[in-house]
Amino acid sequence: MKKSMLLVLTIILTLTLAACGSSSDNKPDNSSSAGNTSANSGKETNDKKELSGSILAVGSSALQPLVEQVSHSFMDENPKVSIQVQGGGSGTGLTQVSGGQADIGNSDVFASEKLDAGPAEELVDHQVAVVGMAAVINPEITVDNLTKDQLVKIFTGEITNWKDVGGADQKIQIINRPSSSGTRATFEKYALGTKTEDLQGAIQEDSSGTVKKLVKETPGAIGYLALSYLDESIKAVKYEGVEPTEDNVANGTYPVWAYEHMYTKGEPSEIVKTFLDYMLSDEVQNKDVVELGYIPASKMQIKRDVDGNITK
Amino acid sequence: MTQSGRKQKVKQHVIEEWTGKIVTSFCIVLLVVIIFSMVYFVATKGLSAFFKDGLKLSEIFGTTWKPDGEPPLFGALPFIIGSFSTSLLAAVIAAPLGISAALFMVEIMPNIGRKYLQPVIELLAGIPSVVYGFVGLSVIVPLYRDIFPGQGLGIAAGATVLSIMILPTITSIATDALASLPAGLKEGSYALGATRWQTLSRTVIPTTLPALMTGIVLGMARAFGEALAVQMVIGNAPHIPHSLFESTSTLTSVITLSMGNTVMGSMQNNVLWTLAFILMMMTFVFVFVVRWLERRAQR
Repeated sequence: MKKSMLLVLTIILTLTLAACGSSSDNKPDNSSSAGNTSANSGKETNDKKELSGSILAVGSSALQPLVEQVSHSFMDENPKVSIQVQGGGSGTGLTQVSGGQADIGNSDVFASEKLDAGPAEELVDHQVAVVGMAAVINPEITVDNLTKDQLVKIFTGEITNWKDVGGADQKIQIINRPSSSGTRATFEKYALGTKTEDLQGAIQEDSSGTVKKLVKETPGAIGYLALSYLDESIKAVKYEGVEPTEDNVANGTYPVWAYEHMYTKGEPSEIVKTFLDYMLSDEVQNKDVVELGYIPASKMQIKRDVDGNITK
Repeated sequence: MTQSGRKQKVKQHVIEEWTGKIVTSFCIVLLVVIIFSMVYFVATKGLSAFFKDGLKLSEIFGTTWKPDGEPPLFGALPFIIGSFSTSLLAAVIAAPLGISAALFMVEIMPNIGRKYLQPVIELLAGIPSVVYGFVGLSVIVPLYRDIFPGQGLGIAAGATVLSIMILPTITSIATDALASLPAGLKEGSYALGATRWQTLSRTVIPTTLPALMTGIVLGMARAFGEALAVQMVIGNAPHIPHSLFESTSTLTSVITLSMGNTVMGSMQNNVLWTLAFILMMMTFVFVFVVRWLERRAQR
């Protein structure tokens, strides 16, 4: 009897402790990186100071390979710095940087599109690269060009056969992304100009690899992919007569593209700032960014804000 | 001399006893705490959609899932139907296969069966689900696309992949149940002049039925909770499908697809937790069914 009372008491106590623990998780944890940098800044030499500390970057899986590759070369140059890069999606990245659990939040979309206005304003945007997107179709379809109007009608289910847009008599099969996906948000915003609903029978896949595989194999399939995924096995269609190429994205004639953002909460600490500067340096922009199929932010001849206003 | 030696022995015995007690009760407390905090965590997260965001219970059982719509609609019925139909169909496919395999291994050819076949079937349990999903996407989906109308993705493809995944669960539980059957029952049946087929169908299977059902329900529970492999082959459209070969979603696939892309604390994220809560409740139901069957088996 006594023993079982003891057991129950232990359980209750531990549960209470566990509950306390979860609420304190959300408090900012900047101390590790900030503290370490300030301790070392005294040793500063004239040409190069030695940085140390740790950075946690969380978010978009589309941006993850780039940040990972760059973080490795950054850590080679600054051996006392450790950078952790995690995926989890744009929503996770923005939540964690806003909550202070991560130093950098990677995102495919502007913070104000996901977060409430208050927390979004606290975040500072660093646009490190640009990703272009193209509508892709099964290579057996004879269509080469789709207008905005035709794309809207296809993705809203108004046109269901390829013969209505100049192809053979074949049913259109949509390979879409989940409605919360950043890629889908970009495609809908800049290619369609409208939100679309999930149609009965439409396929939704989260990973670009699966979308590519399904577009390649499924007769009559249409989907959309980042430019880095394009090759001969699938067919990229022109948008309003404009070829989806890097140059067309850079000079502003091809509108379907998005910035890759790395958000920090407030102005970044010294070590995070050095890393972001390195990310934007010519060395990285012209090598790693291009290598991995992104378009360097420095190459863009136009700028676009969250509302889609374009400035030269 | 002997007295003190015995005393020491007794002391050591007591120490061992207590160490054992403390270690095991610590483990059990840890386990209970983990389970309860998980349930508590998922429940508070899952119920916050109702209390904080004002979602009505009837809304979650609606048929339209439109989280971005104006107003947003969170009808999860298509996912619930998708989860039940895939796991039920998977059990329907896997149960006859698994039970027949167990009969073969125990009753018909015990030597070859237990030595070679059982390890092979247990090997199936060790294959990672992403491999099942990819094989399903590369083999089963194109096959169904060629044979049946539609795109190949859907409940049929999901159930096929799942049935292979739950086969080891059903088979090994059925094997154990058949092997533990008292020999007297079968001998009695043979002594009365019954053939092997008559013995199997009239004596062996009816007596072991509760245990066989336990295996099937456990398999269904596994199928119900499987996310990755199903997500790859089911198509993920948030609609109730018109056929077995049309894209649809399950509770698990919608959670894995959207969880990372939604912001913590937003209504859509909370509703996803509600779906997780429903999933957990369903697993409890499966566990209770299994316990009930086990009690019947003991009688």
